[in-house]
Amino acid sequence: MDSTLLLGLYRQIALCRRFEEAAAKAYSQGKVSGFLHLYIGQEAVAVGAISAAEPTDYIVATYREHAHYLARTGDARGAMAELYGKASGCSGGRGGSMHLFDAAHRMLGGWAIVGGHVPIAAGVAFASKYRDEKDVTLCFFGDGTANMGAFHEGLALAGLWKLPVVFICENNQYAMGTPLYRTLAVEDVAVRARGYPMKSEIVNGDDVLEMREAVGHAIRRARRESKPFFIEAKTYRFRGHSVADPGKYRSKEELQKWMERDPIRVLAERIQRLGIATEEQLHALDDEAKAQVQDAVEFAERAPEPDPATVEEYVYA
Amino acid sequence: MPEPRVLSFREALREAMVEEMERDPSIFLMGEEVGHYNGAYKVSEGMLERFGEKRVIDTPIAETGFAGVGIGAAMVGLRPIIEFMTWNFSLVAADQLINNAAKLRHMSNGQFRLPIVFRGPGGAAHALAAQHSQALEALYAHVPGLKVVLPSTPADGKGLLKAAIRDDNPIVFIESEVMYALKGEVPGGEHVVPLGVADLKRPGRDVTLVAWSKMVHTALKAADTLAGEGIEAEVLDLRTLRPLDERALLDSVARTHRCVIVQEGWPFAGIAAELITLIVREAFDNLDAPPERITNLDVPMPYAKNLENVVLPSAERVTTAVRKMLGRPELPRRPAVAGAGR
Repeated sequence: MDSTLLLGLYRQIALCRRFEEAAAKAYSQGKVSGFLHLYIGQEAVAVGAISAAEPTDYIVATYREHAHYLARTGDARGAMAELYGKASGCSGGRGGSMHLFDAAHRMLGGWAIVGGHVPIAAGVAFASKYRDEKDVTLCFFGDGTANMGAFHEGLALAGLWKLPVVFICENNQYAMGTPLYRTLAVEDVAVRARGYPMKSEIVNGDDVLEMREAVGHAIRRARRESKPFFIEAKTYRFRGHSVADPGKYRSKEELQKWMERDPIRVLAERIQRLGIATEEQLHALDDEAKAQVQDAVEFAERAPEPDPATVEEYVYA
Repeated sequence: MPEPRVLSFREALREAMVEEMERDPSIFLMGEEVGHYNGAYKVSEGMLERFGEKRVIDTPIAETGFAGVGIGAAMVGLRPIIEFMTWNFSLVAADQLINNAAKLRHMSNGQFRLPIVFRGPGGAAHALAAQHSQALEALYAHVPGLKVVLPSTPADGKGLLKAAIRDDNPIVFIESEVMYALKGEVPGGEHVVPLGVADLKRPGRDVTLVAWSKMVHTALKAADTLAGEGIEAEVLDLRTLRPLDERALLDSVARTHRCVIVQEGWPFAGIAAELITLIVREAFDNLDAPPERITNLDVPMPYAKNLENVVLPSAERVTTAVRKMLGRPELPRRPAVAGAGR
């Protein structure tokens, strides 16, 4: 087992976790506004998947995309400043939590109308194929997307035109406050991929290595054969749909059961079991992540607000 | 520049696409029936043969899907032309146009350009009933981030479409089913009409008739009739609603002191309302009469031919409004064939 890889993944998941804890705190202090959708509990999905991609592969994600942005760019300052609505944010304070973009790192959002970005991801993959480029597009979405027309149309076109895109369903069991069994007529979202057709795999989304391996396989196949692939990652969000949601529709027992699969804990145990690092060494990595987040918070606090004189900019090119 | 030739509207649009695609390999055409069927309205006839399936792409009936694919492709540097068989069908892809295409540049703080043209016929044709007869330009023009273009002649069809394809913004390009066969002189080769520049179709001193798309022809017909009665109407073709040539509109009103907007589409919260706001705010002292608008009646389009004719703006409704504005007595009704006063 590659110890550098494992420790790197641990460091990334820790960054995502500490970042969102700090974001929630800033929200409670009134420093972050709007909607804030936390990914806490799901981090292994984005971190594992994006670690399997080349830096030139494209990322298209939803409004719950802090971890995707961090996993791709490592830029906690830009993300936190964006949440603070500051000019130094990665979207200049015009996007906010739901619209994190970094064109240079091929982080293509940050889209906040459920399902709408699925055809867009297919279009990015279409462009790669059109230009004979070998880049693959990763498209993330939640289980709640699986009943949207845009989801089906995006998959239909990706299947029809054999586009190099990996669809990654982050099945956290709830579409906002409604459990999957009340909204989906099938047990697994992955079966929906069959008719388009595309291969699919159901993965333990709380195991970062399993995610990395499955997505890595899907990416290699997409790159080699230009075919879409569908991954369903079973996971769970530990917080509400957004910070405004206390999550009262779930039992304590259910939450407890899933928290035993906490991706940080699972990974920490594995690292220790393999003798790659001690608990103290992992603590030190976690402290590093905390320090990076603290730096990002201080950066965001200090950063200038957007200049109101620029409000009409970036409507047209 | 090569000599103008007489082309139909659909030929002029096709020429724009063909010339641009010859020039730039990043441009492709995608939509329902654009390839093997040669276009539902034959605008893309022969283009598949010329460019192949890679660049003239038939889609399933999935507007949300292929509009979104176009947006994704444009985000990373291609220049898609997305054809809607009619603009009525764009409504199932409204999320893509309004929530995605129009917002990307702003919410990414200018990190992305979105060079994409959505085009197809809009407005009423003949007896197509409620779901296939909508003039939706007001809906899209409402949204910052979109440009809205509506040519009225074959020459403008070519020139504006070339400008739209070269523009780095999402463009709503609305053609007209009933104008596809309309013929007119079209310059060959490099003929680009910049977006945001209105065209004075006919000068006049007494009243300005403002229109776009096929209502330009309605306004011109009304102006002909009025000329026979000694009323000189100026006809201004806006050509694009966003960006809007405010200067041309205000200058014309300053010359004529009166204005009638001729608009297909419903009156409530329509383009005419916006234009009249502009005129009243910026040219109040120049006005000799309150600005007027002639629009569709405020109902879904009925099927029956006689009812459809009542709903749509007509030259007669325009002339009636102008006479009233000028304090001229309404002429006695004559048979249409009796000649319009010439």
